[in-house]
Amino acid sequence: MARIKDAREAAMVGRRSDGTLTRRPLSPHLQVYDMMQMTSLLSILHRISGVAWCGGLVLLVWWLVAAGSGQGAFATAQWVFGSFLGWVVLFGLTIAAWYHTLAGIRHLFWDAGHGFAMEDAYRSGRLVVIGTAVLTILTWLLILV
Amino acid sequence: MASFTLPKNSTIGTGKTHKAPAGAKKVKNFKIYRWDPDSGENPRNDTYEIDLDQCGPMVLDALIKIKNEVDSTLTFRRSCREGICGSCSMNIDGLNTLACLKPIDEVKGDVRINPLPHMPVVKDLVPDLSQIYAQLRSVEPWLKSDTPPPPDAERLQSKEERAKLDGLWECILCFCCSTSCPSYWWNGDRYLGPAVLLQAYRWIADSRDEATGERLDNLEDPFRLYRCHTIMNCTRTCPKGLNPAQAIGEIKKLMVERQG
Repeated sequence: MARIKDAREAAMVGRRSDGTLTRRPLSPHLQVYDMMQMTSLLSILHRISGVAWCGGLVLLVWWLVAAGSGQGAFATAQWVFGSFLGWVVLFGLTIAAWYHTLAGIRHLFWDAGHGFAMEDAYRSGRLVVIGTAVLTILTWLLILV
Repeated sequence: MASFTLPKNSTIGTGKTHKAPAGAKKVKNFKIYRWDPDSGENPRNDTYEIDLDQCGPMVLDALIKIKNEVDSTLTFRRSCREGICGSCSMNIDGLNTLACLKPIDEVKGDVRINPLPHMPVVKDLVPDLSQIYAQLRSVEPWLKSDTPPPPDAERLQSKEERAKLDGLWECILCFCCSTSCPSYWWNGDRYLGPAVLLQAYRWIADSRDEATGERLDNLEDPFRLYRCHTIMNCTRTCPKGLNPAQAIGEIKKLMVERQG
């Protein structure tokens, strides 16, 4: 027997004018909503950057394990990270890490009950984006210079 | 479970175009979501060309004009036409708002009108709100008190106590906020959503209410309260300028504070 997994399924059953049952459509959501507004955009970026950072940690562990297991393995890891693609990934991870850190601090302020007014949320959002850009560039200047 | 695409029966096709009358000078296109349970077809977007010189200033004026003069089958909820009843909540130009408070002039290009997002559609712009009403009932939005009121007077509040309810009592339950919340889209079967949580906080914050502990117990749940990830689409979209995100933040704070 099919089981209903979502209580909202019950409301998906409608009636035609003659009383027979029909299945109602679900109204459009992502398809029509303005997801590029700062509120939802920064929120989904926080989620994505967190996942990316987790992937980055796996890469870090791989690099450390390679360093511990011998010259050959370490040379391979170094070659991968030194390749063009490796640089692109590392640069992307820097952005993700800084963004997730700054947006995380923004969340701590919210959790403490501050910054809920819409203009404050927009201001802190802009600050996070600008901060991410500045800190990412500074980080890479430090690495390269 | 989150499904980012629409089910097969919900994808939207292109519909009919109702031309503006000849000689119309200031024409604006209204692209409106239509679904008729009797048709057996998928939803579609109909286009109505409206002469703004012959139409009131608000989106609701255009909808009423369409229903009266162009296409009487168009179905939508409306009542007060002044932003106090909460009936005409819908998605206009990508954001949820009240059609009666949304000036047509604010929309650049075509006016896209859809029902409140991620809801079962009864017909056209009318969503089924029974789930969200049941959730509202679950927070028991009424005064709960063991102390009887004084025999000859109301339960009194100080001005400061009363001020705590400002920004909460004004909610008209249009559910623009709940249906703007991606978290409510994906987990609305168990997450209560911003509108209902704001109502819950309205009673928690009320100095005359004596059931705060019980109310917090009811909300202490990974889904009912904590699916709020402070996305803030709710506050962004509220047509009454209220702040559901902040109300939820206050509830979360009380949860931590009562743990001592």
